[in-house]
Amino acid sequence: MRYIPNSQADRKQMLAEIGAESIEQLFLGIPEKLRLRRLLNIPRALTEPELLEYFRERSSKNEVGGTSFVGAGIYRHYIPIIIDALISRSEFYTAYTPYQAEIAQGTLQAIFEFQTYIAQLTGTEVANASLYDGSTGLAEAVLMAHRITKKNRFLVAKTVHPEYRAVLDTYARNLGIAVELIDYQADGRIDMSNLESRMTSDFGAVVVQSPNFFGTIENTHDISELAHSHGTLSIVNICEAMALGILKPPGEDVSEQRTADIVVGEAQALGVPMSFGGPHLGFIGTRERYVRQTPGRLVGMGTDHAGRRGFVLTLSTREQHIRREKATSNICTNQSLCALMTTVYLATVGPHGLREIAEQNILKTHYAVTEIKKRTEHTVLFSAPRFNEFVLQLDKGSPRIGLSLSRFYPELGNSVLLCVTETARRGEIDAMVQGLVS
Amino acid sequence: MTPEDLLFSKEHEWLRIVDSIGTIGISDHAQKELGEIVYVELPKVGTKFDNGETFGNVESVKAVSELFMPASGEVVEINEELGAAPEKINEDPYGEGWMIRVRLANTEDTADLMSAEEYDDYIKEEE
Amino acid sequence: MSNNERAWTHISINERLLFEEGSAGRRAFNVPALDVPAKDVTELIEPELLRSGVPAMPELSEVDVIRHFTRISTWNYHIDLGLYPLGSCTMKYNPKINERVARMDGFAHAHPYMPAESIQGALEIQKTLENCLAEISGMDAVTLQPAAGAHGELTGILMIRAYHESRGNPRKKILIPDSAHGTNPASAAISGYVVQSIPSNRRGTVDLEALRNIVNEDVAAVMITNPNTLGIFESEIAEITELLHSHGALVYMDGANLNAMMGITRPGDFGIDVLHINLHKTFTTPHGGGGPGAGPVAVKKILEPFLPIPVIRANTDGNFFFDYDRPKSIGKVKAYNGQFGMHVRALCYILANGPEGLKEVSEVAVLNANYIRAKLKDVFAVAFESPTLHEVVFSDRLQASKDVHVWDIGKRLMDYGFHPPTVSFPLIVNGAIMIEPTETESKLELDAFIDAMRSIANEAVEKPELVTSAPHKTRIGRIDEAAAARRPVLRWKPD
Repeated sequence: MRYIPNSQADRKQMLAEIGAESIEQLFLGIPEKLRLRRLLNIPRALTEPELLEYFRERSSKNEVGGTSFVGAGIYRHYIPIIIDALISRSEFYTAYTPYQAEIAQGTLQAIFEFQTYIAQLTGTEVANASLYDGSTGLAEAVLMAHRITKKNRFLVAKTVHPEYRAVLDTYARNLGIAVELIDYQADGRIDMSNLESRMTSDFGAVVVQSPNFFGTIENTHDISELAHSHGTLSIVNICEAMALGILKPPGEDVSEQRTADIVVGEAQALGVPMSFGGPHLGFIGTRERYVRQTPGRLVGMGTDHAGRRGFVLTLSTREQHIRREKATSNICTNQSLCALMTTVYLATVGPHGLREIAEQNILKTHYAVTEIKKRTEHTVLFSAPRFNEFVLQLDKGSPRIGLSLSRFYPELGNSVLLCVTETARRGEIDAMVQGLVS
Repeated sequence: MTPEDLLFSKEHEWLRIVDSIGTIGISDHAQKELGEIVYVELPKVGTKFDNGETFGNVESVKAVSELFMPASGEVVEINEELGAAPEKINEDPYGEGWMIRVRLANTEDTADLMSAEEYDDYIKEEE
Repeated sequence: MSNNERAWTHISINERLLFEEGSAGRRAFNVPALDVPAKDVTELIEPELLRSGVPAMPELSEVDVIRHFTRISTWNYHIDLGLYPLGSCTMKYNPKINERVARMDGFAHAHPYMPAESIQGALEIQKTLENCLAEISGMDAVTLQPAAGAHGELTGILMIRAYHESRGNPRKKILIPDSAHGTNPASAAISGYVVQSIPSNRRGTVDLEALRNIVNEDVAAVMITNPNTLGIFESEIAEITELLHSHGALVYMDGANLNAMMGITRPGDFGIDVLHINLHKTFTTPHGGGGPGAGPVAVKKILEPFLPIPVIRANTDGNFFFDYDRPKSIGKVKAYNGQFGMHVRALCYILANGPEGLKEVSEVAVLNANYIRAKLKDVFAVAFESPTLHEVVFSDRLQASKDVHVWDIGKRLMDYGFHPPTVSFPLIVNGAIMIEPTETESKLELDAFIDAMRSIANEAVEKPELVTSAPHKTRIGRIDEAAAARRPVLRWKPD
């Protein structure tokens, strides 16, 4: 058996040294009535060539050539080849969690770099080593605000990704946390006057997403200021992390009043393949004074006895293996290898590359919108500025592009959410628009 | 040397009473058990606690321990120095490592606390 | 080779942080030029919503990036280098073919919201994996949604809660053995339950009599690990599950130790109602330095209605689709449909093994662990006399008299070229050392590990300072964790 080095001869020798007659003897502690006395009913073993063929066949049944113009929280961006070259090093991908710092400095330094990048991109003071994904990250951010403020009610924009809100609901319902939705206005942004009228210090936080699910850019700084003036916290969720290459970060402004307390989201857009929904990685950034309430792992800088600089998992007393039922969350892992992909991505494209790519997203989307308005009968909804997505209300028909919004926003009628990234060539956009012309 | 003017709880907190103000901290035995202390979470001034209630917690690198009131009272002062230097609890648990001062609700509360000598016996038994 | 020759120091290059390197103007990647009309972005977006410049990130060339990450990678111990004897982690070899298949275009570039008819290959892989996991665990249905083991636990407990709620009473408590992993009580608490501890008996297993006294109609479930965290099979498991069921309660199993029993026994056959499976343990998806993992959950029929959405089903013409019409579902535990990249890898592993192969995996995993136990039990105190399966727990009792503790032993192992075993867990054993070699270690590597441990046991008596001041051969010594935690520095900042 290819992954088991010990031959039959080795096994015999080992059994002799244990003093057992057979391997079966080692299982005598299991009552006979519980023993499975047949082979598992799973497919027979395939050899390497057969395995490759099996998976090639299934891979070819997925139509991934060309662009489907779908975003909705998972984005198709260029992924530099250097990322896979580096993360395929077994030093990185076959390493364990870096609990033993002396022999895990590679992983630990890379995570420290990731934490720094996220803090820079989001404008926050401190960020963690990553979370499972954006959706669970949002739930964790709300739980964190609940711990800080001891309040149970949260105001959440309806334009926060519907699946994220569904996950939040699953987490919140057994902890007595109530979520109240704020609607959007005609231009696609959150209804600010409604938000203002409903906001009181009874709420733990206001939660908005920018760019929001429709692709519309919110003024998170105004929203943070509003939240703070009413005695609540401000949480900003980001699904399209590429936007941070060009948009002013929610954690950065002239005064603390105008900055978000927690910036949370999904970093898949930065160097991680779409991979049919996972694995990806969530991120969370916050103010230094809230660091002890932050879920997940944290890597800190330290020194050894000789004064050498090194990195180490720190503040672990917040985590489940020590606090057990009083833990701040039950997250045992970060998404280390995916965080490494994002770190390599940001190192590779650099700040100018990131901004240039973000700009291309904006301009190509703008081009698509302009062409659609010029050449088709459909309506582009929401006039506020957007990043790389927009909602198209269809005059008639149901094209096989974008994401139909009938499940999430039935009030928008026959509408689709379309996404245009830097990977869409002009010819593809033109063809897409042509397809929409009746 | 366990200071003789202190009273001790089974949870390893100490109490020093001067007039009706009680100063509270954790014992030398407790700080040894915890190891190097990295953080202590203390309540706000003005909070009232009953005897036995949790008033905060103390963290070392590998463990967290709750802090229990040895008597009932209202917090009138907390040791702000512990924010930047929690190691004072390790270095001087009965002096600079004091944690909170409370206005005691009453003085009969302390009947179930141990004297220094009784506490020394108590920790010998635990081991 | 003698022990002194098994591991030696070696030139590794120092490397600063990315933010301390680079210089203006360097770039490692270019995108094709803009092929649509250029515009000033400030005409499309209000200037106050834009960054004034670019983020303060380093500018690096391709060679800079390659050098940086290659150099720091050499500072890592990893499974391709040597044994990780970590109890309860199942650090087995990560087959290379898994990496190849996961990267196939049709998998890596599929978007989760593509219409069902255009992603049949992906759906088939997920369904096939579900079926295999159900058969291996003896259960009726599987969800692949949870992102990790702890996430799977949360999902499982939420389903238990939904089940009880559907019968009119969510109940109040979850019982957890004192030997359990810390995620167990945390998951229970987040689901709104109070945790009550169950004691272990002298044999290291759940005290059935004590359990009988505790179980009542307030108990929603017990969370159990089998074999337990000591590597001991709960021989009274059938009685335990029956006891819980007779009170209308359910049994959750932490599947972390599944590697001990594939093809030998099945949780579904000894009364488990729901369990999570760690794909990054038993099914060898790589640890990645701390994630991503995946924690699918398998359930019996009674819990099937509560599975998170979507559920993959096949319609009458055999095509797969995502079913969202599940009125009793607990909802979503994560956006989209789970860690698909890990599903591909795990299925590849299962298909590479087949039924005989998986059984052999568990048999040799148990053999390897018992071999270590037999060869070390005279120098390290075995925690419990009971037979152990795929892992064994020793304590530092024999070494503690010279003030040598488990973490010292672990650090000294590094000088011999090994990663330390799990230390200080489970909490019920004072000074615990938990060792799980897995089946992918050869006798040669096991013997080298045994020799190293025996040598350290000797050092603990003859030259204890050598052990307590270890490691000596690593790039960096023990980091002052207390100082790092007191004044945390969690990011680089410009001066």
